[in-house]
Amino acid sequence: MIKIENLTKRYGASYALNGISFEVNKGEIVGFLGPNGAGKSTTMNILTGYLSFTDGKVEIDGLDVLDFPDEAKKKIGYLPEQPPLYLDMTVTEYLNFVYDLKGCTLNRKKHIAEILEVVKLTDVKGRLIGNLSKGYRQRVGIGQALVGNPEVIVLDEPTVGLDPRQIVEIRNLIRTLGLDHTVILSTHILSEVQAVCDRVIIINKGRITADRRTEELAAAVEGNRRMSVKICGPAKEVLPAVRALPGVLSVESLGNLDMDSTSYVIESDSGIDIRKPLFQLLSRNNWPLIGAETAGTNLEDVFLALTDRPLEPKSRKRRGKTPENG
Amino acid sequence: MTAIFKKDLRSYFTTPVGYIYMAIFFAVNGGLFSLNTLLEGSDSQVSVYFTTLIFALVILIPLLTMKTFSEEKKLKTEQLLMTSPVSLGGMVMGKFLAAYTVFAGSFLLSCFNFTTLFRFGPKNLSGTGSAYNGAILLGSVIAVLLIGAAYVAIGVFVSSLTENQMAAAIGTIGMILLFLVISLLNSYIPFAPVRQVLSWLSIYSRFSNFTYGVFDFSATLYYCSICFVFLFLAVRVYEKRRWA
Repeated sequence: MIKIENLTKRYGASYALNGISFEVNKGEIVGFLGPNGAGKSTTMNILTGYLSFTDGKVEIDGLDVLDFPDEAKKKIGYLPEQPPLYLDMTVTEYLNFVYDLKGCTLNRKKHIAEILEVVKLTDVKGRLIGNLSKGYRQRVGIGQALVGNPEVIVLDEPTVGLDPRQIVEIRNLIRTLGLDHTVILSTHILSEVQAVCDRVIIINKGRITADRRTEELAAAVEGNRRMSVKICGPAKEVLPAVRALPGVLSVESLGNLDMDSTSYVIESDSGIDIRKPLFQLLSRNNWPLIGAETAGTNLEDVFLALTDRPLEPKSRKRRGKTPENG
Repeated sequence: MTAIFKKDLRSYFTTPVGYIYMAIFFAVNGGLFSLNTLLEGSDSQVSVYFTTLIFALVILIPLLTMKTFSEEKKLKTEQLLMTSPVSLGGMVMGKFLAAYTVFAGSFLLSCFNFTTLFRFGPKNLSGTGSAYNGAILLGSVIAVLLIGAAYVAIGVFVSSLTENQMAAAIGTIGMILLFLVISLLNSYIPFAPVRQVLSWLSIYSRFSNFTYGVFDFSATLYYCSICFVFLFLAVRVYEKRRWA
């Protein structure tokens, strides 16, 4: 459906995008993941025809965007980072304007009523957009992207600035859209990708650092398990004893919490559950275990690892110091 | 293009902009008209009315054009326009026509003023008709419409350069003034060829023929060219932004 080959965007001497290539198949929900300034929005702006590019090739459904810009644009609905809303229009007026702008040929009344239904705006359709809350405005923005029933929907950070309930609603909406559209969305929130997308493309500093299916990514980091524990006992003795347990790869002390307890991060082989042997070891030595938490590996780790590794070889150590990742 | 035209035209009347423009326009226009033609002591010369009107429009038209692109840029709605299957030319033209329609509409409405001249104004020497020549009036009205188009095009162009409406308005006033009165510099320039170029460029010096009742074809062409050049430049501004 979408084919990007060796796409490069240069601003003077700096590269916003440096030769990225990927394909998106029909019906996929693809998440674009990356820190701020990674090139997510640039890619989306190029895809939708807002920006031009320095080098490479972009095809939408077999149409080159440079050769057939209008036809390609008709196949895409786009919600930019800031929804492009006219605050002095009502929701219906706005959707009607977009309908005219895109030169739609569908039945106007029916189509707009359908969109209002899908994005749950029927109740506020007569209100001025300027008077709507942020969550509603975001939905108007998504509604706008749906006008003309385009095959591809591109959403740039669709949940930014929304409250938790609205985020869940928008995610559900995106999943519904994914049933009969190809959806590309960008985000810097990992749980969002896990919740919504079939596939993740991680992009950093203008390059693609990973392109996997969501479950593969999660599996890729199941390599090691991590656990953070609080143990009362002399650190000098506890450390070597825990290290000696079968399956333990590394133990790191995070220092004293209070008078007699210490926090540790234990990393162990994925195949072995060390919780029972650990408990037995501690009880044998009468070192009370006063807290334990499995720091489950998730996309956050993959993300940090993949986006930082080329720059910072010690990324593993950094992971160890951020046990809140769980 | 029609979608953008309709949207912009509508927005003049759903926001105060259109009403403010029309209120000021009719007040200024009516004032100038009665001062120059109706009131006792005025010289009953319509040409003075038209000339002063052209200068008043320098301030008035930026009110209409300042938001055309600046607002879209500020609200980021230009992203919607530029990712929709509308050419940049169509986008600029739609916006130009919307602003021009408001200007031309209110100006043409104000032309009802002229009926008072024919009804109550001085008679001609033979006493059988009005002292005013309908053809001269018509020529001048057409000239004002053309000059207005040039002004609006300049305004649209300047508005495409900035997201600050105030900067757009002031920039437009400056740029129009430059084109309008550039020939006034002539008395300070001793060098004849330069004087010729300056008066060739001037919007104002080309207007006088119309007030004598001569339909100046080269002036018409000149006003249309200014209009075209600035709309073209506005398209280029957007093209450049896409590639930059």
